[in-house]
Amino acid sequence: MYFFKRALYLIPLLLVISFLAFVLVRVAPGGPFDKERKPASPEIERNLKAKYHLDEPLWKQYARYLAGLARGDFGPSLKYRNHTVNDILLQGLPVSLSLGFIAFGFAQAIGIPLGFYTAVRRGQWADYGGSFLALLAVCVPGFVVGPLLIMWLAVKFHWFPVGLWETPWHAVLPMVALGLYFGGKIARLMREGMLNTLSAEYITTARAKGLRESVILWKHAFRLAVLPVLSYSGPLLADLLTGSFVVENIFQIPGVGVFLVNSSLNRDYTMVVGLVLLYAALLVVLNLLVDLSYSLLDPRVKHE
Amino acid sequence: MIPARDDHDVPAGMNYFRRTRESLAAYFSFLTVLLAVLSLVGCGKNEPRADITIINGAEPESLDPAIITGQPDGRVVGALFEGLTRLNAKTATPEPALAERWEISPDGKMYTFHLRTNAVWSTGGSITAEDVVYSWRRVVDPLTASDYAGQLFLVKNAEEINGGKIKDLAALGAQVLDPYTLRVELVAPASFFLDLCAFRTLAVVPRATIEKYGDQWIMARPLPTSGPYTLDAWRIRDKIRVRKNPRHWDAANVQNEVVDFLPVESPNTALNLYESGAADIIWDKGLVPTELLDILRKRTDCHNFDYLGTYFYRYNTTHKPFDDPRVRKALLLAVDKRRLVERITRAGEKTASHLTPPGMANYTAPEGLGYDPALAKKLLSEAGFPGGKGFPPFQYLYNSSKVHEQIAVELQQMWKETLGLKMELRQTEWKVYLAEQSKTNYHLCRSSWIGDYNDPNTFLDMFMSNNGNNRTGWVNARYDQLMRDANQQTDVKRRAALLREAETLLIRDELPIAPLYFYVGVTFYDPKKIEGIYSNVLDEHPIYTIRKKR
Repeated sequence: MYFFKRALYLIPLLLVISFLAFVLVRVAPGGPFDKERKPASPEIERNLKAKYHLDEPLWKQYARYLAGLARGDFGPSLKYRNHTVNDILLQGLPVSLSLGFIAFGFAQAIGIPLGFYTAVRRGQWADYGGSFLALLAVCVPGFVVGPLLIMWLAVKFHWFPVGLWETPWHAVLPMVALGLYFGGKIARLMREGMLNTLSAEYITTARAKGLRESVILWKHAFRLAVLPVLSYSGPLLADLLTGSFVVENIFQIPGVGVFLVNSSLNRDYTMVVGLVLLYAALLVVLNLLVDLSYSLLDPRVKHE
Repeated sequence: MIPARDDHDVPAGMNYFRRTRESLAAYFSFLTVLLAVLSLVGCGKNEPRADITIINGAEPESLDPAIITGQPDGRVVGALFEGLTRLNAKTATPEPALAERWEISPDGKMYTFHLRTNAVWSTGGSITAEDVVYSWRRVVDPLTASDYAGQLFLVKNAEEINGGKIKDLAALGAQVLDPYTLRVELVAPASFFLDLCAFRTLAVVPRATIEKYGDQWIMARPLPTSGPYTLDAWRIRDKIRVRKNPRHWDAANVQNEVVDFLPVESPNTALNLYESGAADIIWDKGLVPTELLDILRKRTDCHNFDYLGTYFYRYNTTHKPFDDPRVRKALLLAVDKRRLVERITRAGEKTASHLTPPGMANYTAPEGLGYDPALAKKLLSEAGFPGGKGFPPFQYLYNSSKVHEQIAVELQQMWKETLGLKMELRQTEWKVYLAEQSKTNYHLCRSSWIGDYNDPNTFLDMFMSNNGNNRTGWVNARYDQLMRDANQQTDVKRRAALLREAETLLIRDELPIAPLYFYVGVTFYDPKKIEGIYSNVLDEHPIYTIRKKR
């Protein structure tokens, strides 16, 4: 029931978002057909606008767009005129999805154990060392990590290819470049969560009952301590799955992340609205999933 | 109350062991799933490597000859579709392609083209004069909305059809005489019309496919092509793969079977791919990291050549005080252009005193203004601003890019030192820059121009008062008249003299623009491994001549 209600909210929300994106991108100065070389006559520009219905009043354009959307058609790209937005998304999304997914897994795989471990060893050298690594991962952005990885592991030692998207081998460096930051962030969240939970009263109770430390850590503390990581994971996954401009650029990966930035720079109106809608839908759905999984982990949370 | 289940019934030691083992097992199974997903990434793409892999610059906006405007798009389209003529790989001058010969009427306005009888589509079927006429009509048809329809405006009625004044496409001055003969009527005797026939916009495209598939026709398989290659795959932002067209009339001279074009926009990525051997050729100046140019230029695989491109800045001549030619001249005379090419661009560019680059066919440009700070100061005080006093603050508009920014800062510095002027920098993103420029909503703005064909007209017609690319607010009746007269001439020398007079007006007397330097093309390939790439002024490198040495 709860899930259905939330899912129903999705429709008006996406409508509002699509309208805002639709209008805002048109408000920005310059248009999709502004080029360095002006066409030889103003008629050519008029023809172009007429072809893509940009000469119509805004409400009519929006109605036309919604009608297309109802049929699952995001419209033609105004920049890549031989492609539709659907076509570009169909080609790019699987790539961004798989890269995002493995980067997400990588971030969790290094973040959770590191955070857990540093919290348990609080105040010891392992904590300082581990926390420093986590902080480093958070502080060094992808556009530094990527080139460094390429320089050392690809150019110098030839262990990995420098770019392109062909074999699983090609995906390793982008995965690390994309996931490292989030791994650091998750480690910090996890450590924080563990420390908070370990000072909670029920942990003291559990200790007073004489439970083994390992049981306290794994069974009682971990389940609550991981909640901040979990709530962070929803938006994080949405973020990762829609691709990364920086990493896709550095490693020459044919995902949709580059379009997320370039389409608005190119004033590719249909592409911008399509991507915004996709991102918004993904964000809402993943947040919903996170909320649902809360009830699985934290017995205090119940969804009516 | 926080519920906590008791574990009293389980021996504590056992529990510790079990929990840890379970957690580790869970963790490792998670890693296994992750690795499994990783191993699925990019599956099913085990294509054999292409004979030649080229880093081509931005992702093409289109591969439809009528639609494209960009250079990266044009390089691919040139492999797929051919026109009546093509540009020679060495000299970039027009040579017979689909047309094997032609006659030109004495007044230079009537061209009769004789098509090859052995020219066929990659899917079979002759390429006829009907196909040529269809392709050209399609370009000027308003419904096609071709950006470059202007390339055909020399043909009778093209402009009127494109502007909607004539509805009948058949009125276009290109008529089929018989399946292999075509007559083209021009509005003016243009000596560069044969160059235009090699231009991508005028290439011959497959009618039946276009009528069947509409805007997405280029995705049809099999795609009939008229050029030396066929389109194997086009994966957006991934690669374009073309394969030799065995039916092409010149197939015997096509040097390679499969060519990949990689759409790489980042110079560092391009260099990494090239250095690691994932690509054989980089052929875009914009794809070389400028900070490394000093080192890279010394290498044997770095090839520099002059080509038809000029970097300049525009004045908004409707804005005071830039409406005064003395002010415009004073600013330019205070610019030491050598500093720009030696300190900033560093690819061996030559400073420019005129707009049309050297090496233009049948033309020598007039000398313009050089570096003369004393004269600059004198002119500025004559205009009423001695020592820069009373000169209103002004802005220099440029689009975000490191080179443009560095040049802007250098100009700012020079004008401050020499003339005592205070200039602000105004950086905007590309589309805003274009919109402001075409509305002449700026004071000074950086500009550049790359020639479309090897004739001064491709540069000089830009500043005629009705040209959409003028963008300076500069209107000069004499300039317009000189350009029109020049383009009515059949005598090459007389025409050059008129054009020179026009350019003198542009860059020595009136100066709505200030030329700074000429572009240099940079191509990377190892001459020990790759041959068949030639330097020419149009930066034109047809791929059918390129091959790997064995």
